[in-house]
Amino acid sequence: MEQIEFDYPAAKRSITKRAHVGVVGSGDMEVLMEPTQSEGAHVSITTSVDGFQSTWKAVFDRFFSKFDGAVRVQINDAGATPGSVMLRLEQAVEVINQ
Amino acid sequence: MSQTGIIPEFVRRQSFIELDGRKRAQSLFDEGTWKELVGPFDRMESPWLPLQGVAPQFDDGCIVIKGKIGGMAAVAIALEGAFQGGSIGEVSGAKMTAALDLATKDSKTGKRTAAILLLETGGVRLQEANLGLAAVAEVISSVLALRPHAPVITLIAGTVGCFGGMSLAAGVSSYVVMTREARLGLNGPEVIEQESGIDEFDSSDRTLIWAIHGGEQRVGMGLADALVEDDAGKIKATIRGYVQADLPLEYRSQQVEFYRDRVTALDTSEQINPMSLRQRWSNKTTGGLR
Amino acid sequence: MSEHIGLRGRAWFQALTGKNQPASGDPGTVLVTEARIGDEPALFLCVVPDPAGRFPCVRDGQVGLEEAFTLAHHLRRVITEDREKPKGQKRPVIAIVDVKSQAYGRREETAGIFFAAAASADAYASARMAGHPVISLVAGQAFSGGFLTHGYQANRILSFDDSGIVIHAMHKEAAARITRRSVAELEELGHEIAPMSYDVRDYAKLGLLYKLLHVDDPLHPTTADTEAVRHDLIDAIQDARRGATDLSNWLRSDAAKQTRRAGIAVRAALEAQWQNT
Repeated sequence: MEQIEFDYPAAKRSITKRAHVGVVGSGDMEVLMEPTQSEGAHVSITTSVDGFQSTWKAVFDRFFSKFDGAVRVQINDAGATPGSVMLRLEQAVEVINQ
Repeated sequence: MSQTGIIPEFVRRQSFIELDGRKRAQSLFDEGTWKELVGPFDRMESPWLPLQGVAPQFDDGCIVIKGKIGGMAAVAIALEGAFQGGSIGEVSGAKMTAALDLATKDSKTGKRTAAILLLETGGVRLQEANLGLAAVAEVISSVLALRPHAPVITLIAGTVGCFGGMSLAAGVSSYVVMTREARLGLNGPEVIEQESGIDEFDSSDRTLIWAIHGGEQRVGMGLADALVEDDAGKIKATIRGYVQADLPLEYRSQQVEFYRDRVTALDTSEQINPMSLRQRWSNKTTGGLR
Repeated sequence: MSEHIGLRGRAWFQALTGKNQPASGDPGTVLVTEARIGDEPALFLCVVPDPAGRFPCVRDGQVGLEEAFTLAHHLRRVITEDREKPKGQKRPVIAIVDVKSQAYGRREETAGIFFAAAASADAYASARMAGHPVISLVAGQAFSGGFLTHGYQANRILSFDDSGIVIHAMHKEAAARITRRSVAELEELGHEIAPMSYDVRDYAKLGLLYKLLHVDDPLHPTTADTEAVRHDLIDAIQDARRGATDLSNWLRSDAAKQTRRAGIAVRAALEAQWQNT
């Protein structure tokens, strides 16, 4: 079990909505995406699969290269692939943008 | 020309089984009248799963939604079958019991509040063993406390079905609604095969599984009340009917002499043929008047 | 320990009631009698093994269809007989629990054991809700569906404190296999994670037990042992009569406030949010 944290200080755009997407099934994950008081975005991941810190970073670097919202992102993960992770993040953004 | 005029029925039908627990619960309510309580944003997770390297879920796999069904107060409590097999842990069990107890409190002070239990569950969460088991005992108790005051409706749609200790919660409910895909039993086929051998139950025999545990069998033999299609609109209407119904005078799980005599009459020298049992037992014993 | 399943239950049923045979018309797996406890009659119930039983998967101390409906039958009879009595005179119900599990059989699943178990739980809970003090004495094993059917709807639960007591949701071997651990690793985990433990002293930390009882040899109760346990049962009966007829006392013990604090917190949160809708 690992706890992984990332910060994206450049993500400063004010967000008003929140989103919850996903289910923590085997090979899946859930995400909470909420406006944050602080400047920049913060990511916390709780994952039952160890050893993929750099993979998670790559996914989030890519995500925040396209998304600039000041959000708190919290994830419970049971082994989602990078593709699934990105999909869930995009679904969350869709809800926030509604 | 309206779109619905040219789209075939089977395309327009919205599958209930394909919805996750949250969407299933939401779909039962009158539009705009519902609200989720202690949802994922409250982050009330299991304290026990992370200690064992298992990823928790923000709502601990139990969704509580309160609102109106057919204009009447109701609370839906759904177990998410995709998270840990819908199993009951300390937190998910407490959410279920608390919601039932609050519905009882309101019902006793004049605001009748029905409860709908959406049970996709294998029973007790092994990683929380004795707290899960105690929680199941508490859920059973809370269903029985609410039942005289408001309908308690168990809805099992599949694909997980309702097994383990939570099958007793189904057994004491006012009404049980099942799809054909759904299954209801105390022990699943794998458990029987494990404990008593493959001759006792071949868990790869799907025909046998549904013949014994499936919705059509349970309704047919009088241990569940309604068989519904996998159609969200039809399920919503069926649930609404039970929410609005008058309270029964007697409940199936109170009819001990009737069922005890039926068990005494069983020939146990061989396995029991499910179809003949269905025919012998098929006079309906719903929660309603007999 | 497994060879003692049901023997401790029977031993304590006999010690407390003087009886050892099923009632006329009941299957050999259920012992039921009325016997005095303190200055009043009480209904005693126990499920025991019966190698001559009709249902093959119930011969070793499992709780099956006949057992569940027989328990429910006697409970409902007592509820009806005492219906007009004031609360303080409703007969106590004492479940002596030593059950291996629920029955794992195809006949049972076909005939709806989930429902038989529900009918028994309903009857126990109904007795409690009607004001009968319902007390469970865990004399040996108390597993999952067996315990839900026979004993887990009690106002007060008492247990002996030795290694012959196992209260759990799944037997060690099956649990070890499913969690991919050795039995030794599973036992070790139980010391860290109280709800997973097979040791009744860890179970006691969950706050569900009214009292842990000590007897030197639970399989062979002496007269002194029996008198002491009778005394503890009377105490539990009186305590139950003073309290509510629901299971709320399970969450009020000091132990529960500690180990079940997450459950207590979520209940409070739900109540707070419920009021606002």
